[in-house]
Amino acid sequence: MTAQPAPQSGSDQGSNINPATQARQRWMAVLARTDHAILEQEWQNHFADVQWSHLREPQIGMVMVRGRAGGAGQRFNLGEMTVTRCAITLSDGTVGHAYVKGRDRIQAQYAALFDAIMQRDDAASDFIETLANRQAEAKRENARKVAATKVDFFTLVRGEDE
Amino acid sequence: MYVAVKGGERAINNAHRLLAEKRRGDRDVAEIETSQIEQQLSLSVTRVMAEGSLYDRDLAALAIKQGRGDLIEAIFLMRAYRTTLPRFAFSKPVKTAEMDIARRISATFKDLPGGQILGPTFDYTHRLLDFTLMANGEEPATAHTADHPVDETMPRVLDDLLNYEGLIQDEPNPTNDDAPVADLTREAVKFPADRDLRLQNLARGDEGFVLALGYSTQRGYANSHAFVGEIRYGSVAVEIEPEELGFAIDIGDIELTECETVNKFKGSKTKLPQFTRGYGLVFGQNERKSISMALVDRAMRAREMGEQVMGPAQDEEFVMEHSDNVQATGFVEHIKLPHYVDFQGELELVRRMRAEVLERLAKADAADAKNARSQPEAAE
Repeated sequence: MTAQPAPQSGSDQGSNINPATQARQRWMAVLARTDHAILEQEWQNHFADVQWSHLREPQIGMVMVRGRAGGAGQRFNLGEMTVTRCAITLSDGTVGHAYVKGRDRIQAQYAALFDAIMQRDDAASDFIETLANRQAEAKRENARKVAATKVDFFTLVRGEDE
Repeated sequence: MYVAVKGGERAINNAHRLLAEKRRGDRDVAEIETSQIEQQLSLSVTRVMAEGSLYDRDLAALAIKQGRGDLIEAIFLMRAYRTTLPRFAFSKPVKTAEMDIARRISATFKDLPGGQILGPTFDYTHRLLDFTLMANGEEPATAHTADHPVDETMPRVLDDLLNYEGLIQDEPNPTNDDAPVADLTREAVKFPADRDLRLQNLARGDEGFVLALGYSTQRGYANSHAFVGEIRYGSVAVEIEPEELGFAIDIGDIELTECETVNKFKGSKTKLPQFTRGYGLVFGQNERKSISMALVDRAMRAREMGEQVMGPAQDEEFVMEHSDNVQATGFVEHIKLPHYVDFQGELELVRRMRAEVLERLAKADAADAKNARSQPEAAE
């Protein structure tokens, strides 16, 4: 049996978010997926003389992950995940925030630092672009491996119509 | 009643030292690293995260090592750890429709947009022991890479395909997001329980228990003949909206397995016959649990559907009060701990009862003997 897709229903994500916030959401998502070693090295290479202080020291906690019954219905609490958060202030007063999956305090701290740098003057935009491309490439590579397991049905001709 | 018993301290310490030595095993064999458990026993890790109700692969691997591979012990360790952490936020509901698919199959439609994607599955293996995994030095197979990735978005079988014809019931209250969400980690469970609480309970419930109950629904202990409309496994981004930011941020990906079942419904006076739904959602790759969860979720909707409750899987109080393996193991195993005073009481009670019975019997015997003597001898 062949099924036909229904027209796409509207997404519940608000589209009234301003472009600056959208850009920030994007780099925060990229930073949340980057190992602390990569962040630390980039910081040491290009931003080591930046003055900053902790607004909130890195802290490990949890987020309760929610789902929806049937994927679209009533909300429910699925279970928790570990999350680390951190907030820092640059000497000019710019505040950087980070919430990242897992328990890596160093990652959270550098993610907050780069968040502040990006808000101040986009000075890490090339770095963020490189990371984003690398993440997209890894995702694509994985999706190609998955695609190799897609079933190609074919119908056997039984000769009854001949 | 339990009474503190002193004097076991040295024995306990030594027992724990012996445990540590046994955990390590033969020192001529390399010690297992938690990163090896995390990578190579990933389905154990998945189960510990799901039932420990805490998504953290490294911690789950550590818990498995510490528990010597006893997954319920590992789950217990995860539950204990999570009580030490503050909760920062609730996530926005994860969008499984936008999952990065690693596996996606439907048992109801053969040709469907996006296709049947098998992914990393044990299905269609022969279940013969593979001795090459035992022989060191064998290079494992590497995955084949297709020219093109899987489709970025795949329609959902129930919502986008079946619902198009109105053949399946809509999910109730899809947009009522002002309603509070029940949380069994913060409030005591009360019955009757709403579906949000039931799903939370099943998501962290013991896989074996939920599996057995799901199986019971198929064998006739509930009237809910089910098809698997869709199973999808892959990663989804988790979003939270921290107060200090005022907008949603993406904090990383988690792996989930989702199962949607399609169940028969004969219709009623006011409703045309249509299909109904069961839903399963579990941390990590765990198809068995997600299918079982969907079966039990549907069975527990009996009240809502006006169905007769005839099997244990439909009895939400029975299911929810017995699904948690940490609670269950705590109560079952606690009876091995010292109950000396309790048992002393029982001993004395049984001795007294026996004495009373014996005394009564002795009296009765004496009376019989007396009666026998006073009766005239029966004729020979």
